[in-house]
Amino acid sequence: MTDASQKTATITRAPALSLGQVLPWVISVIFLVAMPTIFQSNSAITIMNQMMITIVFALSYNMLLGQGGMLSFGHAVYMGVGGFFCMHLMNIVETNELPIPLPVLPIFGGLFGLGLATIVGSFSTRKAGTVFAMISLGIGELIAACSVIITAFFGGEEGMPGDRTYFMPFFGIEFLQQIEVYYLIAFWTVLSTLLMYLFSRTPVGRMANAVRDNPERAEFLGYSARWVRFFSFSAAGFFAGIAGALFAINYEILTETNLSTTQSGVILLIAFLGGVGFFFGPIIGAIVFTLLQSVLSLQSEIWQLYVGALFLATVMYFPGGLAGVLMMHVPAAKFGKLGTLVVPYIKTLVPAIIAIFGLAALMELLFHVRHASAGDDEMTLFWTTFDSHSVLPWIIACVATVGGFWLARLSAPSLREAWHRANTPKGRPA
Amino acid sequence: MMAALEITDLKKSFGKAEIIRGVNLSIAKGERHAIIGPNGAGKSTLFNLITGRFPQTSGSIKLHGHDLRGKAPFEINRMGLSRSFQITNIFPKMTVFENVRCSLLWSHGYKYSFWNMVSRSQDLTDGALEILDQINLLQRAELPAGLLSYAEQRALEIGITIAGGADVIMLDEPTAGMSHSETDYIVELIRKVTQNKTLVMVEHDMGVVFGLADQISVLVYGEIIATGHPEDVRSNPKVQEAYLGAALEAEH
Repeated sequence: MTDASQKTATITRAPALSLGQVLPWVISVIFLVAMPTIFQSNSAITIMNQMMITIVFALSYNMLLGQGGMLSFGHAVYMGVGGFFCMHLMNIVETNELPIPLPVLPIFGGLFGLGLATIVGSFSTRKAGTVFAMISLGIGELIAACSVIITAFFGGEEGMPGDRTYFMPFFGIEFLQQIEVYYLIAFWTVLSTLLMYLFSRTPVGRMANAVRDNPERAEFLGYSARWVRFFSFSAAGFFAGIAGALFAINYEILTETNLSTTQSGVILLIAFLGGVGFFFGPIIGAIVFTLLQSVLSLQSEIWQLYVGALFLATVMYFPGGLAGVLMMHVPAAKFGKLGTLVVPYIKTLVPAIIAIFGLAALMELLFHVRHASAGDDEMTLFWTTFDSHSVLPWIIACVATVGGFWLARLSAPSLREAWHRANTPKGRPA
Repeated sequence: MMAALEITDLKKSFGKAEIIRGVNLSIAKGERHAIIGPNGAGKSTLFNLITGRFPQTSGSIKLHGHDLRGKAPFEINRMGLSRSFQITNIFPKMTVFENVRCSLLWSHGYKYSFWNMVSRSQDLTDGALEILDQINLLQRAELPAGLLSYAEQRALEIGITIAGGADVIMLDEPTAGMSHSETDYIVELIRKVTQNKTLVMVEHDMGVVFGLADQISVLVYGEIIATGHPEDVRSNPKVQEAYLGAALEAEH
């Protein structure tokens, strides 16, 4: 036994926290603190706020999908309802001048999300799979429909507005400026992320994985699969509620779109894009998606087409998501051969990117020819202005697409070979 | 002494088809009991009835004197009965170590707690390593369980089954689909890990049955036609006629 436990020393002792465990968190915190000093414009801070809210929401969604194996089509409801409650609380604080500081509002949002999730979870977690997915869809539609009917609570089509500045000043801060809100959201993002991570390390969090993999076996280990799902579901509702509260604080208004199935679909897309198999996957997904949403939508009217294509490509070729693509490189890095991949990557990816840009240019040209008002032949793409009805831009786009694709295919075998070599330990023939 | 498992007049029908047609069986504490019988005799159904996977049509099943009627599998497990499956039933995406640690959680009293960190519990880590040591999978601890070889997965399945500390262990064809050397290995393993426990197993391999069991029951068409010591069962003409003779001939 002693000999054996030395061999597995990595898993035997869990003394003080190791550097490897703490470092990612420290870096994240420093990063979050430093970001507003690098990107100072209000629009950048707005994007970052949106990003952090999406991170909390996506991680909470992944407690269901990635950790617990529950595919939900109605998770936006818990964020939305948490947010609406916070909006009302905001208005109550305003009219009654209650001595509550704004930074504690997310706790209430979380509790409201938890409350709703406990009620719905009591019957929806009986089964996973299709039954759960259908119930989540039904509840989602039900509450989304309520938003138009119960206008006193949901504010009807105009939504429910509020004002965050009437809260009791928090150490003199009244949250009038976007940057103050940024740090408030950053604090809650780090705290929620940490708590969700720790949750996944608890007995019930571990059993959530077990139930995801094999509910029947888990039952024969003394755990009721239903109760395990229920705990995950409630916790996910709690953190979705926190995300809702952060949304309420940031935008000072919630509307029916916050509850819609579209919103629930978007968060599924984000989690999957980032990778549901890893804890940090949805964080990457949230960052990438928010960037695409805010930056790409300024550049192109058909940005959703690109996001859709990206999602499709992820599902078909990289089921592990972006996080999976990153983690794929760990073995090569362990063998110290990551450097050997750089040149083959450049050889294949540069033409591939050119092909993608060419294809995108074709799409944009087509869209412009079809949808621009008659006589408006001028369009701007990749910082160049040209006539969309002339032949030259089409030829260039076609050449870029076909040529890039051809070059990428040409160099793909050598990349595959390099990949194989990089994943073979040193000293062993490839 | 009270029997570990007491089955009285157990019946189970699926629609009109009667699969278990009145089984009476008493398995004493510490006994190694094998249930044999031809294909389709209802052995797996009997297992599934005992472990609460299906509800019985009539009759009673008692574990240490407590009636199991209407109990869910997880409740039966908490009462001290654990089982393995005919088709390997592990958590393929989790590591081998995690597989075993998960099977320790309930018996170590962690229940549904979300205020403990599993990696900080020394008792869980030590317990899981001890089980891994017993089933000779220490070297594989960090691998995803789905990547193990078939025999190793079967060994892990047995490890998960015994880890929770249940005193009645039910194994459903533990050596199914194994080579001779793998079978010998698993038989040794079963002998080792079920010491001082009650073992109930379904098995087709007569070598395994006669090597391991103290008592054998022969199930044919949903009824037990004989129960007794291996030698008595072997020489029972009814058994020879129904099943064993043909099987033994096939063995040699």
